Parts: sequence; C-alpha cells; structure tokens
Amino acid sequence: MALVEIRDVRKSFGANEVLKGVSLDINEGEIVTIIGRSGSGKSTLLRCINALEQVDGGEIRVEGKAVRTDMQDLRQLRQRVGIVFQAFNLFPHLTVEKNITLAPVLTGKSNKQEARQLAIDVLERVGLAEKIDAYPEQLSGGQQQRVAIARCLAMAPHLMLFDEVTSALDPELVGEVLKVMEDMARQGMTMVLVTHEMGFARDVASKIVFMHEGRVWEQGTPSELFANPQTPELKSFISSIK
Amino acid sequence: MRIFTTSDLFSLFAALQWTIVLVTLAIALGAPLALALALMRISKIAPLRWIAAAYLQLVQGIPLLGLLMFFYFGVPVFLGIQVPAIVAVGIAFAAYSSAFLGEIWRGGIQAVKQAQWEAASSLGITRWQQFRYVIAPQALRIALPATIGFLVQLIKGTSLASVVGFVELARAGQLASAATFQPLLVYSVVAAIYFAMCFPLTIWSRSLEARLNGAR
Repeated sequence: MALVEIRDVRKSFGANEVLKGVSLDINEGEIVTIIGRSGSGKSTLLRCINALEQVDGGEIRVEGKAVRTDMQDLRQLRQRVGIVFQAFNLFPHLTVEKNITLAPVLTGKSNKQEARQLAIDVLERVGLAEKIDAYPEQLSGGQQQRVAIARCLAMAPHLMLFDEVTSALDPELVGEVLKVMEDMARQGMTMVLVTHEMGFARDVASKIVFMHEGRVWEQGTPSELFANPQTPELKSFISSIK
Repeated sequence: MRIFTTSDLFSLFAALQWTIVLVTLAIALGAPLALALALMRISKIAPLRWIAAAYLQLVQGIPLLGLLMFFYFGVPVFLGIQVPAIVAVGIAFAAYSSAFLGEIWRGGIQAVKQAQWEAASSLGITRWQQFRYVIAPQALRIALPATIGFLVQLIKGTSLASVVGFVELARAGQLASAATFQPLLVYSVVAAIYFAMCFPLTIWSRSLEARLNGAR
C-alpha cells in the first residue's frame, strides 16, 4: 500500500477547474518532485494532500486513511504530514525555539522540559542551533526557511510537503535550503516537492511527476523523464527551462 | 451661596472614583463580550456572524445617551423591575464598549495574514490554539493603539451618565457649580481632571503606535 494514494482528484476554484482527475501514488521513502508550468495545478495538488484545499471529487488516502474535513481527523493528519511554504510563514512574535516547540507541546508530543532539547535537535539538523533564541526577523530568508523546515521536523512527520520553498529566496540562499532537503532525503524522509529547481529534481528525486493543465501528464524516474520525454508538452517544458 | 473650597475638590475626587468604577465595569464586562463578538464575526458559522453583525449594528447605531436612557428608564418600564443606577449605567457602558472594542479587535485579527492561520493549522493544533497562541498575540499588537484610543473615548463618555443622575465626575461638577455659582472654576477643575486621565493614555497610544510600526 502506498503512503499516499491520490485517486481521480478534482478541484475547482469557481469556474476554473484546476485539477481534472489526478491519480498518483507516493510510496514510503520516495522523493517525489512535481514539476510543470505555473497554473498546471501542482501547488493545489500538494495542498490537497494535507487538506489545506478540499477536493471536490475523488479521494486522497494517507497511510490508508481517507483525508476528510472532520476537525479531529484533520488535526491527526496534519500532525503526520508536515508542509513548508514558499513564504516561510514563521510566527513573527515568537522566538525560533517557540516557533518550533509550540505545536509539539500543545499536541502532547513533547513536554515543556524536553521542548528546548527538541528544538536544539531539529535545529542541528538544519544547521541553525545557534539561532535558537533569535526572532524570525533577525534571520535571512534562507535561515527562516530552514527554521520552518525544523518546525516541521519537530512534529516527527511521516511525510513532508514542500511548496516552492526556494522560490522566495535570493539566489545565493537557495543552496543552503536545498542542502538541508538533500540531507533529509538521504535520511529516508518521504518528501513531495513542488519546485522549479530542476537540478535538485534531477539529482535527488526518485520520481518526477510532470503536470500539465490539471492532469498528471507524465511520470517516471528523473533519467527517464529528462532524457526521454514522451510528450511534446514535456519536451517543450524541458527545453524552456534549460 | 458659598465659595469653592477644598471640600468641593474632595467631593469631585470622590465622584472621580465612580467614573473609574464605570470605566472598569465597562471594560470588565465589555471586553469578554467584545472578544466573543470579534470571534463570532470571523466565524465559519454564518448564523454566528449574523447575530454578531446585528448586535453591532444595533448598538453602534444608537447614541450612547440613548443606551443610557434605555437601560436606566426603559428597562424598568418594560420589565417592571427597579435596577440600581450603577447596574443600569454599567450595562449600558458594557454594551457600548463591547460593540466598539469588538470591531477594533476584529480588525486586528483580520489584519494578521491568512497565511499565519494556515501555517498554524498545518501543525495540527486546534482552531482555538491557533487563535490563542499565533493570531491573538499578533492581533493585539496591531489593535493596541486603537484600543487605548477607545479607552480615552470611554473615560470622557462616562460623563454622559450624569444625565440620568448618576453622580460621577461630571455630575459632581454640576452639583458643585450649582452650590458655588462658580461654573467656570468648577468646570475647569473637572476638565483638568479628565485631561489628566486621558492625556497620558494618548501619549502612550502614540508611542506604542510608533514603536509597533517601527518593528517588523
């Protein structure tokens, strides 16, 4: 059984149908990279997995359990599925430590005594232990994004979603974030990414999904897809980003 | 006829206590209601939004004087029960405060980026926890200057309680003025006392505004 099973998912915003029947499996330990032009529905699909968007048709199952909108189910789902956003979305009024420990303490995953150690542990994984008492505004964009990743890791998720996490960064800061993600991939975290970083997709991803006009147009390993695209849409996409 | 003496001054300060009691009542009763109204206004449940909106329209559309008259003269007539002046006046001010604070706080809550709700909810905490730990602290910073500004309005507004005979600072001023025939002097003193309460708050509100705009 796949960790995430997406079956014929449909989603519209008003009259605009963004997802037109998407099916996709994500297996444990896989690094799935979703690529495609803007407007192809890739971010929407990602956000459907942890129910930030609700599907209009079809079904998504995470660890065998259907994603529903019931409040309690939703909380349990989101404690297992972390998401990192393009705009970091750290809590500006809290220190790095509190940003990280807020949810683990409130959900009972950690108690107050262990919380600081938990923050130190996850910050070490993103290489920012020395910033534990800083406020988000005192950090660079790359550092903020690494804290956002650490905040996710503190919940010990089974799956992590990355929604264009390097798109808002200055070019020189992209590398430090990608490196953290590579480390996580190597440690066996199941990851789904929407990204424009084709180098990362090529080198780290175990599966590439090309979305076009609200559908999964092609999928396969990076070498298959980049070396031998089957459809004219993917060919033109690959040549446009080179 | 007699002259304005320190005993008149003492009676003004004694009445000032009642002004402070009114302000305290208005905030103590009005603030929890204001919070509830603000939350109802942003609720996902439509009937809650309607009820809150109707209440706000009603209370904001009635002059404070009208509210005082209603609770002081109207309620005993309609319900046939005599309520002590402090209760009637206290409820009127609480209703007034809840409506205006409720809207100020709703504005503060809605000024916090939607992405903050999203980030908090995606961590698997409850909606109340999202509000309590992530949204409310940021909303409070945004709404604090306006909240203090309202407090200044409220302090001055309590003078209206004098029209229903409630002896607070302004009413005490009327009494002292009538007894001494020195309205200019008495009302100057009364005005000075109001000013002494409101001015520091205004300064505080300004400095907060400057500081909060500067940060982040």
